[in-house]
Amino acid sequence: MNIPTLAEMTANGTSPDILFWVGCAGSFDARAQKVTKAFCKILNHLDISFAILGNEEACTGDPARRAGNEFVFQMLANQNIQVLNGYGVKKIVTTCPHCFNTFKNEYPELGGHYDVIHHTSYLQSLIDEGRLKIADGGPFKGKSITYHDSCYLGRANQIYEAPREVLEALDVELKEMKRCRTTGLCCGAGGAQMWKEDEPGKKRINIERTEEAIATGASVIAVNCPFCLTMMSDGVKAYEKQDEIMVYDLSELIVQQNQL
Amino acid sequence: MLGIIAFSLVFILTFSIAARRFMAIRRNINLGKDELITGNEGKRWKNVLLVAFGQKKMFKNWIPAVLHLFIYVAFLFTQIELIEIFIDGFTGSHRFFAPYLGVIYTIAINTIEILSVLAFIGTIAFLARRNILRVARFQKPEMKGWPSRDANIILGLELVLLFGIFTMNGTDVLLQEIDPTHYPDSGNLIISSFIGPAVFGWMNKDALVFLERAGWWLHILTVFGFLLYLPFSKHLHIVLAFPNTWFARVRKNGKMENMPDIMQEVQSMMGISTPDAAAAPMEEIPEFGSNDVFNLSWKNILDAYSCTECGRCTAQCPANITGKKLSPRKIMMDVRDRAEEVGANLDSADEKFIKSDKRKDGAILSPQNYDDGKSLFDYITPEELHACTTCNACVEACPILIDPLEIILKMRRYEILTLSAGPSEWVPMFTSMENNGSVWQMPVDRDQWAKDAREA
Ligand code: HEM
Ligand code: SF4
Ligand code: SF4
Repeated sequence: MNIPTLAEMTANGTSPDILFWVGCAGSFDARAQKVTKAFCKILNHLDISFAILGNEEACTGDPARRAGNEFVFQMLANQNIQVLNGYGVKKIVTTCPHCFNTFKNEYPELGGHYDVIHHTSYLQSLIDEGRLKIADGGPFKGKSITYHDSCYLGRANQIYEAPREVLEALDVELKEMKRCRTTGLCCGAGGAQMWKEDEPGKKRINIERTEEAIATGASVIAVNCPFCLTMMSDGVKAYEKQDEIMVYDLSELIVQQNQL
Repeated sequence: MLGIIAFSLVFILTFSIAARRFMAIRRNINLGKDELITGNEGKRWKNVLLVAFGQKKMFKNWIPAVLHLFIYVAFLFTQIELIEIFIDGFTGSHRFFAPYLGVIYTIAINTIEILSVLAFIGTIAFLARRNILRVARFQKPEMKGWPSRDANIILGLELVLLFGIFTMNGTDVLLQEIDPTHYPDSGNLIISSFIGPAVFGWMNKDALVFLERAGWWLHILTVFGFLLYLPFSKHLHIVLAFPNTWFARVRKNGKMENMPDIMQEVQSMMGISTPDAAAAPMEEIPEFGSNDVFNLSWKNILDAYSCTECGRCTAQCPANITGKKLSPRKIMMDVRDRAEEVGANLDSADEKFIKSDKRKDGAILSPQNYDDGKSLFDYITPEELHACTTCNACVEACPILIDPLEIILKMRRYEILTLSAGPSEWVPMFTSMENNGSVWQMPVDRDQWAKDAREA
């Protein structure tokens, strides 16, 4: 695969159309890495000129800020902004809705102004423009799939339709959960919960959400966030249904449908 | 004449007591930090018109929305009738507008009559939902005791009010026939022309005259009672819902408030010069986040006073749904209770509430030197704060545009930044972010996946 870094491109005197912001999960989490690679495959397939920051990328600081640690957030955020502004980055695409939200809503006040797009919106626009064509008769055609709204794409930024339009393009049978769109239930990872145990209670949040997903009878749970991916996969495993129900990011669905 | 004097006295008494209570609430709201909330007027008008007047968000849950709409519209319309009641009360006239407005009067009173019947249905249904059907969101722990009683008192008063209106109109319809000079024709009243003869038809004139007055007084005294009761009750929302939707945040829900002090300190540490980097250095020992009403925004406290305790937020909260202690409604109720507590202590002017180092002779208790040894953390536990996933479901659910999440996040900031406390599991995360720039401490480079993928 062709995955240049921004440093390499700059050294060669070129600059990419978009910067692909990978995020911590996309970089380090084994399952989320597959999403990262799937998205790179799509970009490569369409000959889209992109770059990653590689080791110059740092966490956007989202979990620190929401945990309450503004110092750590500010350190990371200002460091990232320094790097991005140093390269003159204008357009960022990211596979993580938390990174997306931070760039879009929180970096501008700190001096970081970018045109940032979440990969599901980006994929939808590629499909709309006719650049990305979905193969007819792929493995998901007609399959029943449920879609889990992430909080940071949905309620935080009101993006509910773009991911659903991608699913429509895949020609799947979309089975909505009872709580969806504005009332979609959180997977339990946000607000830095990912890095701690649930507080005492009756059950874990991801179990509650997975039960709802299983109840739709869908064989695939589509997600748009690496943390939802972990949470929903864990939930499916807790019910020992990992062989019947797959949890995939939208970009993975496209890669498989098109056999890229 | 006696009637005029009695009415005027009750009126003055009610309004002067109510004014004092409302001023106290205003003062309590202003215990919060000053913050100018302006801009986006278009969006703000839209919120007031659609969300408050238009009840837009109520209709996500259409059964209570329709029931509420009955009571709400009835209330709005009854304000017209109230004007006449005031005129009649002060001048001793009877149905002052009836002779002047003619058919318009008949239409207005009939509208109120029909709405009152609908409001009656709504009120009974609300009572049933709370006490018979026991709808889950009204049965949470924070609703035990006073909050539930408060709700039933309001609905009870509502019934008394409606009872008063129909006694007044029902007897009036009969009196209009017996004594047309004193009881001007109101035109045919749909409900009362039926209730009047059916319920009061057997009575003599004296009894009718007495009951008509009794109904009139019951109606207006209940209205005054409501006014006096509002400041102690969740029913305050009928006033504050409107300003609260105006002042609601118009940013994207995902945006957390920036902390400019910390931003500037970090930026100057990193050698990034920014336009306001030369801002004044921090005066006192910095205190970050919020642990009390004094370091919340006044808007957070307005939110708390506007809360209807409906629990739509809590019913959507993933933490609460899965049995955690966190309930966003309780957060709002706690902030209001704390504001009330501080307000009452301030009113006592007792110098034991003055910070010990400022308790010199002649010192007067004020919000600036206040210290009762308590804080919001006596109401809200860290366990509750730690359970929040920042999912915004509560914010999205609230029909009054209240934001419980903002308070939770401010208290988390206080816990982490000022108290250096918080969940111990977060410590390695913070350390890793500080030292390695990633949420996990990993033995490999951030771009190892790319190196592997290039080779594959
Ligand atoms: C101005 C006249 C209003 C009146 C007379 C009124 C009356 C009432 C009453 C009697 C209740 C009690 C229901 C119960 O406890 O079961 C109630 C609840 C409530 N009101 Fe109002 N209200 C008014 C305005 C508003 C406005 C402008 C809003 C904003 C959208 C609002 C939102 C609510 C909510 C959310 C509840 C909780 C109901 C539930 O879901 O169970 N109200 N109101
Ligand atoms: S933001 Fe926090 S308090 Fe609000 S619904 Fe989500 S988890 Fe509950
Ligand atoms: S915060 Fe809003 S949704 Fe929650 S109880 Fe209060 S009024 Fe209802």
